[in-house]
Amino acid sequence: MAFFDSLGGYINTDISLATPILLAGLGLLIINRAGLLNIGAEGTMLIATIMAVYGSYISGSVWVGLIFAMVSGAAVGALFALLTVTLRANQTVVGAAINVLGSGLSATLFRIMFGVSSEVPAIDVFRVWKIPGLSAIPVIGEGLFSHMPMVYIAFLLVPVMSYFLFKTQAGLNLRSVGENPKVADTLGINVYRTQYIAAIVGSMIIALGGAFMSTGLTKFFSEEMVSGRGYIALAAVVFGRYKPSGIMGAAMVFMAGIVIANILMAQGAGIPYQFLNMIPYVLTVIALAAFAHSAVAPAALGKPYKRG
Amino acid sequence: MKKSDSTKLKATMDGVLRQCLVSVSAVIVAILLGMLLILLMGKNPIVAFSALLQGAFGSMNSFAETLVKVTPLLFTGISYALANRCGLTNLGMEGQMYMGALAAAAVGIFVEVPAALHIPLCILAGFIGGGLWGLLAGWLKVKFGASEIITTVMLNTIAIYFIEFMVTDPARMMEPGGVSGQSSPLTDSAKLSILLPNTRAHWGIMIGLLCIVLFWLFLWRSKKGYEVRVSGFNMQAAAYSGINTSRNILLVMLLAGGVAGLAGASEVMGVQGRLYAGFSPGYGFDGIAVALIGMNSPIGIIFGALLFGAFRAGGNRMQMKAYVPFSIVNVIQAIVIFAVVASQMLLEIWSERQLKKQPKQQDA
Amino acid sequence: MATILEMRHIYKQFPGVLANADVCLQVEAGEVHTLLGENGAGKSTLMNVLCGLYKPTSGEILIEGKPVRFNSAKDSMAIGIGMVHQHFMLIPTMTVVENCLIGSHDAGGMKLDLKTAAQKISALAKEYSMELDPYKKIGDLAVGERQRVEIIKALFRGARILILDEPTAVLTPQETHELFNMVHSLTDKGFTVLFISHKLNEVKEISNRVTVLRLGRTCGTYNIADCSVNDLARLMVGREVSFSIDRRQQEQGAPVLQIEDLTLGQKDSEVKTLNHVNLTVHGGEILGIAGVDGNGQSELVECLTGLRRASEGKALYKGKDLLKCSTREIMSHGVSHIPQDRQRTGLVMPMPLRENFILQDYYTEEFGKGGFIDWKYVDAYSDRLIRDFGVKTPGRFELAQNLSGGNQQKVIVAREISRKPELLIAMHPTRGLDVGAIEYIHKNIMDQRDSGIGVLLVSTELEEVLKLSDRVAVMYEGEIMGIVKPSETTVEEMGLMMGGMPLEKIRGGGENV
Repeated sequence: MAFFDSLGGYINTDISLATPILLAGLGLLIINRAGLLNIGAEGTMLIATIMAVYGSYISGSVWVGLIFAMVSGAAVGALFALLTVTLRANQTVVGAAINVLGSGLSATLFRIMFGVSSEVPAIDVFRVWKIPGLSAIPVIGEGLFSHMPMVYIAFLLVPVMSYFLFKTQAGLNLRSVGENPKVADTLGINVYRTQYIAAIVGSMIIALGGAFMSTGLTKFFSEEMVSGRGYIALAAVVFGRYKPSGIMGAAMVFMAGIVIANILMAQGAGIPYQFLNMIPYVLTVIALAAFAHSAVAPAALGKPYKRG
Repeated sequence: MKKSDSTKLKATMDGVLRQCLVSVSAVIVAILLGMLLILLMGKNPIVAFSALLQGAFGSMNSFAETLVKVTPLLFTGISYALANRCGLTNLGMEGQMYMGALAAAAVGIFVEVPAALHIPLCILAGFIGGGLWGLLAGWLKVKFGASEIITTVMLNTIAIYFIEFMVTDPARMMEPGGVSGQSSPLTDSAKLSILLPNTRAHWGIMIGLLCIVLFWLFLWRSKKGYEVRVSGFNMQAAAYSGINTSRNILLVMLLAGGVAGLAGASEVMGVQGRLYAGFSPGYGFDGIAVALIGMNSPIGIIFGALLFGAFRAGGNRMQMKAYVPFSIVNVIQAIVIFAVVASQMLLEIWSERQLKKQPKQQDA
Repeated sequence: MATILEMRHIYKQFPGVLANADVCLQVEAGEVHTLLGENGAGKSTLMNVLCGLYKPTSGEILIEGKPVRFNSAKDSMAIGIGMVHQHFMLIPTMTVVENCLIGSHDAGGMKLDLKTAAQKISALAKEYSMELDPYKKIGDLAVGERQRVEIIKALFRGARILILDEPTAVLTPQETHELFNMVHSLTDKGFTVLFISHKLNEVKEISNRVTVLRLGRTCGTYNIADCSVNDLARLMVGREVSFSIDRRQQEQGAPVLQIEDLTLGQKDSEVKTLNHVNLTVHGGEILGIAGVDGNGQSELVECLTGLRRASEGKALYKGKDLLKCSTREIMSHGVSHIPQDRQRTGLVMPMPLRENFILQDYYTEEFGKGGFIDWKYVDAYSDRLIRDFGVKTPGRFELAQNLSGGNQQKVIVAREISRKPELLIAMHPTRGLDVGAIEYIHKNIMDQRDSGIGVLLVSTELEEVLKLSDRVAVMYEGEIMGIVKPSETTVEEMGLMMGGMPLEKIRGGGENV
């Protein structure tokens, strides 16, 4: 009975924890669908965490922080596109470097912006916004309808992204670039421009995930605070079979593992939480092996396109 | 004969020179940008960098500290370069290093053998621990076609959690009555001795340099290494010559993982003396930058490791003396990678343009 | 009939190659106009110019009398030119209707109207009496169906002039028949079809007029009614081929390689890449294989060298069945292979010459005991090869990519011949080389024959095959059309066989070699 009483809370936690991963996953999805393999979500998110905090700090509004984060995401995306699309550099290496950059730049920017004082400045952060009426429903109300606005935005993005990818002309064009840029080119699509837009917009969405971590899940910046969520997002995209709804499912399943780990830890159960933390990664390795031959990933993923 | 040797010198020098130019200019660009960033912080970049140099080479002690940081980078740099020479992207050095550390620590703590055997046994264990972890990624690629790029990244985190699991319970490797997150100490016979007296510099660097020599011997002197390089450049030519590329992928991932595992073994045996959860500040990922700047060549890797090792060692002093955060080192490292890949590609695009301009040269 | 398309004095210069020189083409509305020519005659280049993928060096294109300029494929599409590429430009993971809509601007980036588009596609399919489910994934369609999708896609996007590039290469006779019916109903409705082919019977059957391209130049346009298949063969091959060459007369040796019923292709599929190929190569003879590119020659060589597994048949060499051996086994038993693509297969371009010279035999004891390479020996060996074969290079450390094409090929020939083979398989050994290098390579291959080695020479250069070979087999769609002696054949006969007519049929079943 006690479990049922707190079920709403568990669902709530699961959804909150899944949000940054979902956002980063959706951003990665756009980039991947354009044929670009970006493993730099971790770094993109880290830069966004500090930028969001700074924006919120100087303006007093968390929404300005969000805009700061998105601008930083766009800059990282543009850098990625410049190197991998225009210069055709190795996408994996550039992505790995973005992670190193994110780790260094976020900590450096933090020092520049807030100095070395140990005092945590108060900044505007996201607050829970209960949906009137719906949030009063037992269990579900607490689980689904008592969240911060970013959570609703992230989950609304899932159908929006599905619609965009599979029901609009721009989405079809984007997918065709990721599947076979040569075909897209002969049909009059500007492959390079499409990839640039995908890298920039995708990185902006990834940055939203980072911003939510420092102004939603927690109330300030700390070094390396993304702690692997960029990689879990990468895993969620593969495990979600490159579909928005799949990514949503993957993010929630992955984080449910963490929630269960916390419950078990609280109850003093013997299952080591490290194994529960491993679940996303193990599942993804298995999924990679199982799906490798069944054309799930965009066919041209990771291959630089050269015209003519 | 003499004539052809002198032209050889010229031809290879041209290539080497060009590569050096790319690396050196990339480093200069990165340092300049780093200085600019320091300037933007309102700090004096000259002061900062001289503090960094002081911290890296200013005294015997600081030079020893640099050597301590160089050691793991040698291993992870070789690991990335070896896989890359075979056309593979091994991003799993971090995880392979952890698994190597685990195996070496296990042997160092629990196995009792004569002192003369203990160190070689630990090193071997480290190699095997990392090697199997690398081999797993290779097997997933050969058997199922799973891209090693993603699997190695995933296997990193799995390994790190696994080590954490191992050192958080006295029933496993955690020191009974000790702090959670660290293992019992290695027996003394398993510890690498100090190379420079009264410093932390240990013999691990010699193992690293030995690996550089072996890396060179394997790739440029052995028949297997020749196969690996052919496969890395041109899979089709490899198949045409009858080279078994799948078997080579397995071998190379085993070796690359093993070398990365040695990084973990040398950290445990030479620096920490026990296995800590999360002991690496990212040496595995640093290997990418080291190999890139070293152009996957033995000498280049030494210089790359020295550069980033010096950054890591001097960064602390820079933070203390010039109040420039240590994290700027990572920023500079990222910029180095960007600059190297960008200048490589620019060079390629430029020579392509040249080729297009002049009609193809005909036979004389 | 009105002229719908005119291409005037088109020149297209690639680095080192003049692909089109003063090509003129004039096509009338509603006709089926064929571009006929051998490989490398410049057909594909011309069509890529027409559909906006290449920009011509000079020359102009007129559509209905008005000059047009194409900056991209989009421009030519907008004006009503649709191309069905030989290698389909379709995305297998997407549906028919999605493939038709890629890059379309009707929706302006917004909602895709899949339903209307699907209806339009169904209607188009019905109009040409085809069955096509617009919601099916391309990956689930058979090859013939995919081609229909390509045609529908072009029509859907408003093409009035359809270019079909070697469309029957992948089709069964029945599917070809259906395609021709469709082409007829298209022209009945006023569409214009540009047909690219080298298959003479098909050209005769389907075309109204034919323009012949040879070595990048136009050799005239003819009414098909005025031409027999024999005329077409002569026009396509064109030049007089010199049969007289220095060749030592020698007795045919014992068989070196016996290929029996070599077949490649899915068991139940009608289309076979190789269909019961039977050939024998004797010692001291050059057996040439002629034919237009893509008729199974590469697959034949790949099967013989262990790079591809044949589905049926045998290839006996020294008591071994090559079809069951690995590449390493085959090469280590005295087979040498000069591959068709020297840059992608034959050489490792970023490696120095000395490392390229040992590509086939580096593992043997000759080049180093145990697991290590004896570079001193390799250096001496490389220097000898460079000297003996006259490779023009600063030295053995030069990277293969820095050599000219002819010298690159010399490196491969030097390597393969120095292995002292008993069977030499050479594919397009002189493709893209200048006259001097060609002569040199020819002489080397001839020397091998004279020393008693069996040579299998695959080439699309008819002149080369006829000049070098003791006997010539002609391949067409994976089958051998006939085997002739160069001295006993004519250009016309060769052309007919290359266009798909078996030798017995040509010679009326009477004579034989």
